[in-house]
Amino acid sequence: MSASTHSPVLKHHFDNLEQQHSAERLGMWMFLATEVLFFSGLFVAYTIYRHWYPAEFQFASSHLILWIAGLNTGFLITSSLTMTLAIRSAQQGNRSALIRHLIATAALGTAFMGFKAYEYATDVEEKFVPGWIFQEEYAEAVADLSEKDHSTAHAKHNPVRELAKLNLDKSVNDPGYISPQRVQLFLCFYYVMTGIHGIHIIVGIGCILWLVQQAYCGKIPRENYSTVEVVSLYWHLVDMIWLFLMPLLYLAGGGLKH
Amino acid sequence: MSIVIADEPRVAAPPPPEPVVPRRNYLNTEYGVLSWLLTVDHKRIGILYLVSISAFFVVGGIAAGLVRLNLLSPTGAILTEDQYNRMFTAHGVVMLFLFLIPSIPAVFGNFFVPMMIGAKDLAFPKLNLASWYVFMIGAGFAVYAVLVGGIDTGWTLYPPYSSRSHTNVTPGVFGVFITGFSSIMTGLNIMVTIHKMRCPGMTWGRLPLFIWAMYATSFIQLLGTPVVAITLLLLLAERVGGVGIFDPAIGGDPVLYQHMFWFYSHPAVYIMIVPGMGVVSEILTCFSRKNIFGYKAIAWSSVGIAVVGFLVWAHHMYVAGIAYYSALLFSFLTMLVAVPSAIKVFNWLATLFRGSITFHAPMLYTLAFLVLFTVGGVTGLFLATLGTDIHLHDTYFVVAHFHFVMVGGMVLAYMAALHYWWPKMTGRMYSDFWSRASATIIFVGFFFTFVPQFVLGYHGMPRRYPNYPQEFQIYNVLSTAGASILGFGYLLPGIYLPLSLFFGVKSPANPWSATGLEWQCPSPPTTFNFDFVPVVVCGPYEYAIGVDQLGRGLPDPPGPGDAASPYRPVGPAGPIHKETEVVG
Repeated sequence: MSASTHSPVLKHHFDNLEQQHSAERLGMWMFLATEVLFFSGLFVAYTIYRHWYPAEFQFASSHLILWIAGLNTGFLITSSLTMTLAIRSAQQGNRSALIRHLIATAALGTAFMGFKAYEYATDVEEKFVPGWIFQEEYAEAVADLSEKDHSTAHAKHNPVRELAKLNLDKSVNDPGYISPQRVQLFLCFYYVMTGIHGIHIIVGIGCILWLVQQAYCGKIPRENYSTVEVVSLYWHLVDMIWLFLMPLLYLAGGGLKH
Repeated sequence: MSIVIADEPRVAAPPPPEPVVPRRNYLNTEYGVLSWLLTVDHKRIGILYLVSISAFFVVGGIAAGLVRLNLLSPTGAILTEDQYNRMFTAHGVVMLFLFLIPSIPAVFGNFFVPMMIGAKDLAFPKLNLASWYVFMIGAGFAVYAVLVGGIDTGWTLYPPYSSRSHTNVTPGVFGVFITGFSSIMTGLNIMVTIHKMRCPGMTWGRLPLFIWAMYATSFIQLLGTPVVAITLLLLLAERVGGVGIFDPAIGGDPVLYQHMFWFYSHPAVYIMIVPGMGVVSEILTCFSRKNIFGYKAIAWSSVGIAVVGFLVWAHHMYVAGIAYYSALLFSFLTMLVAVPSAIKVFNWLATLFRGSITFHAPMLYTLAFLVLFTVGGVTGLFLATLGTDIHLHDTYFVVAHFHFVMVGGMVLAYMAALHYWWPKMTGRMYSDFWSRASATIIFVGFFFTFVPQFVLGYHGMPRRYPNYPQEFQIYNVLSTAGASILGFGYLLPGIYLPLSLFFGVKSPANPWSATGLEWQCPSPPTTFNFDFVPVVVCGPYEYAIGVDQLGRGLPDPPGPGDAASPYRPVGPAGPIHKETEVVG
């Protein structure tokens, strides 16, 4: 047995720290494999429907708020950098730098979630939410448009009403008809994917804050830097999933602007 | 490197002295409810799972009993049609998600994987405890859904019906979604443990076959379960939000659900059966007193099943409107996945050949497994064939097929494991007579229950129908009669196993004279399993030369060496003398 047997961070059921760390790392990698499969179900379903309903997906995608997505991408990529710097600080045993970098990462994640919340709020305000909110707004818009006097229709402007206007005088089988149901299908994917991703971000922020607390209490000595590393693996995966979600959801519009 | 032992008189290594029974073991180290609810000991968590899934087995069994009783009469004997739908769904959901999937991995995997590889605990003990809580929360939702109000969609929850049904689908789906995470946690824990926690000398080639089977199972749990989780989440989104993901009336595609559902749920049947195969490999070789035949073949066939099992899901959908050529491909792949299972069965048979077989309860259950699983597997090929499946699809033939595999195979393997390891888990021996009696009764009852269903299905009785033509009644009555024998058989262990806790004879450390590491620590084990660091020197099944994995001699096996035993087998006693290869 090596001298590290007596290390305070060694858990009782492991022989030595090396075994403990490699078990933690392997466990996290396997968990990440699970996560990839979790999202891949969504990606498959998304791909199939996008292949079937390109026009609807283009329409809906082009009405998402692109600048927020771009900004958020920047936040997440930067947070990956600060997370990696945190590992380096932990390896060096530099506690204050470790805490600084962890807090920076958590702050960037929080900023991401803040803008995401703002985006959700805007979407809800525009009734761009699948389900009865969308359906009622669409029905109302159709009713408004069918009236001779268009004054109420001009009062409000949102993607749902725009869709109703596009579909005016078109029947379901006409070319150029954009099915509101399929637009909702895209929105459903949008909310489910970004929602699950958001939950992952929140969990990640929680883990990072836990690390900050641990580091503050001096429970992350040099030889235990792998705790930071394991959390960082998770954080990078969440970051990477966003890099797939962002083009799939926001750039599917193909520059289509109305 | 291999040593060939020639056919000459064996100089038996001395069996180790019976380990001193420690005053403190994992059962009496702490007392009180909290000591169980907050434990991180893998053995205690295994017991927690054992108790909870036994309760769910009773719930699912009662539902099955009601279904069978109702089928006594062509017009439905005791239930209305609606109640009947809810009952078979309750039976399916509870038995599959709350009993079969956690059964061997969560009970015996938790308990014995660390012991068999010489570790003190699983790699992540707290995660292990969390998995039980997550399981219980999910199970709470699912049981609430199927008992209060009920679900009438069948366990497969096919949309569009499941997204429109007015029954309790939402909490049920949510419950199944949650229990999935518990399954992932268990699988991850076991896989990391097998990779990282093996004791010195425990190389991959010396792992017991149960460990190989658990490894393959964990692989499926890790990669399959998240897909069904997301599928169920989308189903919930459709149901709650009214967005057409799967419902064709509002723009969705129901076949996509079937693809995504079976991508997990077909591999899930391997989550259920592969651990059972691992148990069978352990018990067969122990009670034949022979080295396992074809160690590598059995080990790799577990992995083969896990991999190929992921590529066969669409054989559930031949008549759901998938493309002809893809159906052809899936038919071929389904035939292919039967090959590793057949490899195992042939190797088990070869292990039995010329063995000194004793018929204790674990062995009786295992032999029953062998027969019933083979019938179940072969009838699976009828269903894998495109042409015959059109005829047999969604009939009682399918029901009989998967019950042969799941009940005749998996539940019997579970019972075998329970009887094999019970002395180790509790430190007590159960009634020899009653355990053999229950194994026999279950075997007979099982045949009576499900063979008539093959006939029913072949003649065209669809599954899940509460009513049937008059001429099918005789088979249904036969089946229900068999089910009552089966139910009685299951009742017996429910009586004599708990009784053994109080009145059973104290078990020695190695009652079956088995070679595995788990038998080298006292019964019941201490909290950290081993007081010393075990060093493994040979393969897992050196019965021919009679040494355990620590290289020590074996105590006399029960039966042949026991003159008082009335079950002395015919033939020469003692270990067989033949050329034997020692692995390692």
